[in-house]
Amino acid sequence: MFLHQRRARLATASTAVAVFALTAACSGGSGGEENTSGEPGGSITVLTWRTDLVEDGTFDDYVEQFTTKYPAVTEVKVEGITDYEGEVKTRMSTDAYGDVLAIPGSVTPDQLGDFFEPLGDLAELEKEYRWLNDKSFEGTSYGIPVVGNVQGLVYNTKVWEAAGLTDFPTTPEEFLEDLAALKAADPGIDPLYTNYKDGWPLTAWEYYRGGVSGDPDYVNEMVTWDDPWADGRDHEVIDGLLYDVVAQKLTEADPTTTNWEQSKQLLGTGKIGVMLLGSWAIPQMQQAAVDAGGSAEDIGYMPFPAQANGTFHATAGGDYNLGINVSSKNKVTARAWIDWFNHESGYSESQVGLSPLIDGATPAALADFVDQVELVQMNPAPEGKESLFADVDTASGIVTTDPKFRQKIIDDARSGARTKQQVFDDLNEAWAKGRADVGA
Amino acid sequence: MTTTTTGAPGPSPADADAPAARPSPSGPGRGGGWRQRAVPYLFLTVPVGLLLLLTYLPVANMFWYSVTDWDGLARSKEFVGLDNYVEIFTDPDNVRVFYVSLYYFLASFAQMAIALYFATILSFRVRLKNLWKGILFFPYLINGVAIGLIFLNFLKPGGGLDTVLLATGLDSLVRQWTGDPDIANVTLAAVSVWRYTGLNFVMFLGAIQSINSEIYEAAEIDGAGRWHEFWHIILPSIRPIVGLSFILAISGSLSVFEIPYVMTNGGNGTETFVIRTIWMAFNRNMVGLASAMAVVLLAIVLVVTWVQRRVVPEEEVDLT
Repeated sequence: MFLHQRRARLATASTAVAVFALTAACSGGSGGEENTSGEPGGSITVLTWRTDLVEDGTFDDYVEQFTTKYPAVTEVKVEGITDYEGEVKTRMSTDAYGDVLAIPGSVTPDQLGDFFEPLGDLAELEKEYRWLNDKSFEGTSYGIPVVGNVQGLVYNTKVWEAAGLTDFPTTPEEFLEDLAALKAADPGIDPLYTNYKDGWPLTAWEYYRGGVSGDPDYVNEMVTWDDPWADGRDHEVIDGLLYDVVAQKLTEADPTTTNWEQSKQLLGTGKIGVMLLGSWAIPQMQQAAVDAGGSAEDIGYMPFPAQANGTFHATAGGDYNLGINVSSKNKVTARAWIDWFNHESGYSESQVGLSPLIDGATPAALADFVDQVELVQMNPAPEGKESLFADVDTASGIVTTDPKFRQKIIDDARSGARTKQQVFDDLNEAWAKGRADVGA
Repeated sequence: MTTTTTGAPGPSPADADAPAARPSPSGPGRGGGWRQRAVPYLFLTVPVGLLLLLTYLPVANMFWYSVTDWDGLARSKEFVGLDNYVEIFTDPDNVRVFYVSLYYFLASFAQMAIALYFATILSFRVRLKNLWKGILFFPYLINGVAIGLIFLNFLKPGGGLDTVLLATGLDSLVRQWTGDPDIANVTLAAVSVWRYTGLNFVMFLGAIQSINSEIYEAAEIDGAGRWHEFWHIILPSIRPIVGLSFILAISGSLSVFEIPYVMTNGGNGTETFVIRTIWMAFNRNMVGLASAMAVVLLAIVLVVTWVQRRVVPEEEVDLT
């Protein structure tokens, strides 16, 4: 009897071990020896969303340069993740999310400390870096952006020149006239392409807020208003333009069949006049233009068509921020990677973005833009109200960074189911309700 | 084995032998029987263990998430009771997905009619019967994502369908098949019909073929035509299968996913229940609410399955 019992127990135990081994195999990750020496060394795992740069060997070069500088570092394992946001978010429920990683957008400021190692005092780091507010909480920084984006419009210079347009439009009305002129010059093109179906490109529209009025406190003020879509406010200007441009049929005829990859090629070959995207899109569009037999010069960047006090303004902010896994065993090396990446890798310039360093260089493709446009860096939320905007935003049901409500605006502009004013009234009502629910 | 027992520091050999010496109620050979009886359970532990770990535990977790406000990331979850469930049925945007399901539900009637039509025709003597059967069933074998992509290109402006319509002089019928909000859901439901008709067809055909051929002969002698045969013999004989299809259509129309997801991504008023659930969980980071939606869908499917068992007893289904 003992024997049988023991065998049964053994079987149960081995089952448990097998099951455990299976699950362990799934969650294996950062691992490695703990580095207690205080000097960069040992091995680290870096998670990146740039699978393209992993595949074309750019990251191999980065790793080589890094290990040359720090010979004690034995291995830098780079994991490129296609569905970065989704996968990393899932992995963050374990401890195995690498040593260095880009902070996913869904992490709210008050959660930063749960998952990421503090990188230092915000005031101290700000002497060296820009755009740290996003990933800081209560005066402590948890992430440093790898590159800075400005928010403007990427356009095909040839198409605009062919229609005789040389100056940046200064008002939404002028912009609409220009688009009509593009259409008149070549009826076969879509003057503006919304990328409605993929959805996420529409979120770029949100980041003109603050740029239209040139007000760095726009977002902080927005939570004190019941009517952000009232006449003349940034959201009214931005979404009004979206409604008008669609209602005047200056966008793609059937938005449900848009295709992001294809849109790059269409812009590169001059079948699209302009798309509203952050400056991160420039290198991709240039590549598409070159691939289609054009040149990188065919792609230009213009500010949002609105001026405050006679000047264009554009918001600038960090792209993905690099942070350190709070349970990493090799934080020293992880920190060395972040510092090296920002100072010596040359990543920001290669991506036609602004350097996260205050004294960093401006890439050539943005020089013209930066000359004519005043950059606005949004101010952080006041102490104690860090998550207020997100709370109101969610409670209102609008979620400004979600493409859904702009898809709805496009639907209404096409069908005429709601007038522009009705759209704004509904949005204002929802926002006011969100504020009331949160008690802002 | 004996050595392990005697060598073990715990019980002495005498103790170990003691139970065996005692008269055993099940008589001699009890040990062997125990061993034999244990074998199936040993084999079961691994698959059941994995099943518990990978299916039942996550489902149990889902029930727990559905009464919290979890965002998918936070280390703590707040209990919110049934708020999520209330929101599913009160938020107009959430309720709208049920309205979209109606399109697919109504389309399933067209689907059954088409399937029944072909099944009846092919149950009579027809040339190249198996070829027709294969052609009709084939769409069901194609992956839903592939079907979505095929029709995406077929229906886009200037795509296959428009080209055909222009070539045949039916210019007036050309429209934005997924872009026109009035017909977008009809278009997608039609694609769904194209895909699933084959399944219904095979079910109906199987049922029809199980009808005794003598009945037809008797009917023919009595002077019944094809229509009479269909109305008085075929339809009554396959009524359980028609009922089954109808019930499957209810749960099917609620869980529509791939085709609208691939073709319109839920835009232009074509959002279905499952698309909205995914969007809630992964774009809006409202895992609690999304879990509640998943629980609701599970409940609906369970109820429908239960009704199906009541309406169509298992033996009759097996006959097909």
